[in-house]
Amino acid sequence: MGKAKVKRASTSIDMTAMCDVSFLLLTFFVLTATARQPEVLVVDTPQSTTPDKLPDDNLGVISVASGKIFFGVKNPTVREITLKNMSQKYSVNFSAEDYEKFKQLDEFGVPIKNLRQLLSLPNEQRKEGIQPGIPVDSTETASNELYSWVQEARKATIEYNRSRDGEKDFVDPGPMKVAIKADADEKYPTVNLIIETLRNQKQNKFSFVTGLRAEQ
Amino acid sequence: MAELNQDSGKGGKGGKVRAKKAGGKVDLTAMVDLAFLLITFFMLTTSLNKPQAMDVAMPDKNKMDANDNLEIADNRSITLLLGSDNKISWYYGQLAKPIYPPATIDYSKEGIRQVLLKMQKEVPARSGGKDLIVVIRPSEKSVQRNLVDILDEMKIVDIKRYMISKINGDEIEVLKREGLFND
Repeated sequence: MGKAKVKRASTSIDMTAMCDVSFLLLTFFVLTATARQPEVLVVDTPQSTTPDKLPDDNLGVISVASGKIFFGVKNPTVREITLKNMSQKYSVNFSAEDYEKFKQLDEFGVPIKNLRQLLSLPNEQRKEGIQPGIPVDSTETASNELYSWVQEARKATIEYNRSRDGEKDFVDPGPMKVAIKADADEKYPTVNLIIETLRNQKQNKFSFVTGLRAEQ
Repeated sequence: MAELNQDSGKGGKGGKVRAKKAGGKVDLTAMVDLAFLLITFFMLTTSLNKPQAMDVAMPDKNKMDANDNLEIADNRSITLLLGSDNKISWYYGQLAKPIYPPATIDYSKEGIRQVLLKMQKEVPARSGGKDLIVVIRPSEKSVQRNLVDILDEMKIVDIKRYMISKINGDEIEVLKREGLFND
């Protein structure tokens, strides 16, 4: 027999299985990640140490920056019902196409009489500059449109949750939550107007949207 | 050893030229690196993007009587007046005859937190075991960051009773006197 060959230990590891696993995970994360649309109103929120996360559904968000107030409901179906109610209340008519477009609209900041005009624009033209903000004041009348929007959204949530009552595995999430997403440098009077608007309809609990502060 | 990216190191003594086997192993290291980089990216962007929600509860509004103010014992309450320039003026007791007169502090760890911690111990001693009540009064010159900071401070110091209420004329005068009412 010849010389015994010294076997060289191979330095390379079989990466196939690791590659499989990592791509599986990658696919999972790509699919679960919700595509975030760029916000119309850019809000730089203040930071806090609160550990609670903002819910994804069953939520209405009032955004405030540089004196402008925007409103948006998370659930598209609730959005649609809200617009129906608002259309009755303010006697503004919307076409079926408008309703479809409104379902896609994350947040808006125009008086209701200008809403059709906003919906007729393509998505990329709905810039912050052309949206003057939702009218708000300290009354409870029709002139305080934010009051009506929040109230109708709350009613719409109840209606929607009731309609889903018979469904399998459906747990009623309760009344809609309201969050105020105000810019860190927003002056208090605007925030106060919103708080008072909410309090006037006995929505005494709400959340401030904040970023996470690492250290205390 | 038939890896495609490796030079076969056997070319020492002009041996046989081996025919390369087709379809050998491909080095997947770089691909795995890339996949993990992307995984990390997607993990971080999905979970860290979610903003925090700071819950606030306001008292029920009495629409019948706007002057329906709750009476609080003087020696239990401190009042924080949120002014401009990220400063607070605070006093203990009633403004007309304060136990501690208005003083200016800031939102830092050394500022407001020390005051709250001190008063949290002092108030039960003075009022016979009853805990501290903090009244937060944001002025129109304060900004949202101030309000969130002070509510956060309530959570950190663990003050059970606090409320946000409306500032009145006399208190605005205090802020003006301390120079905390600028635009």
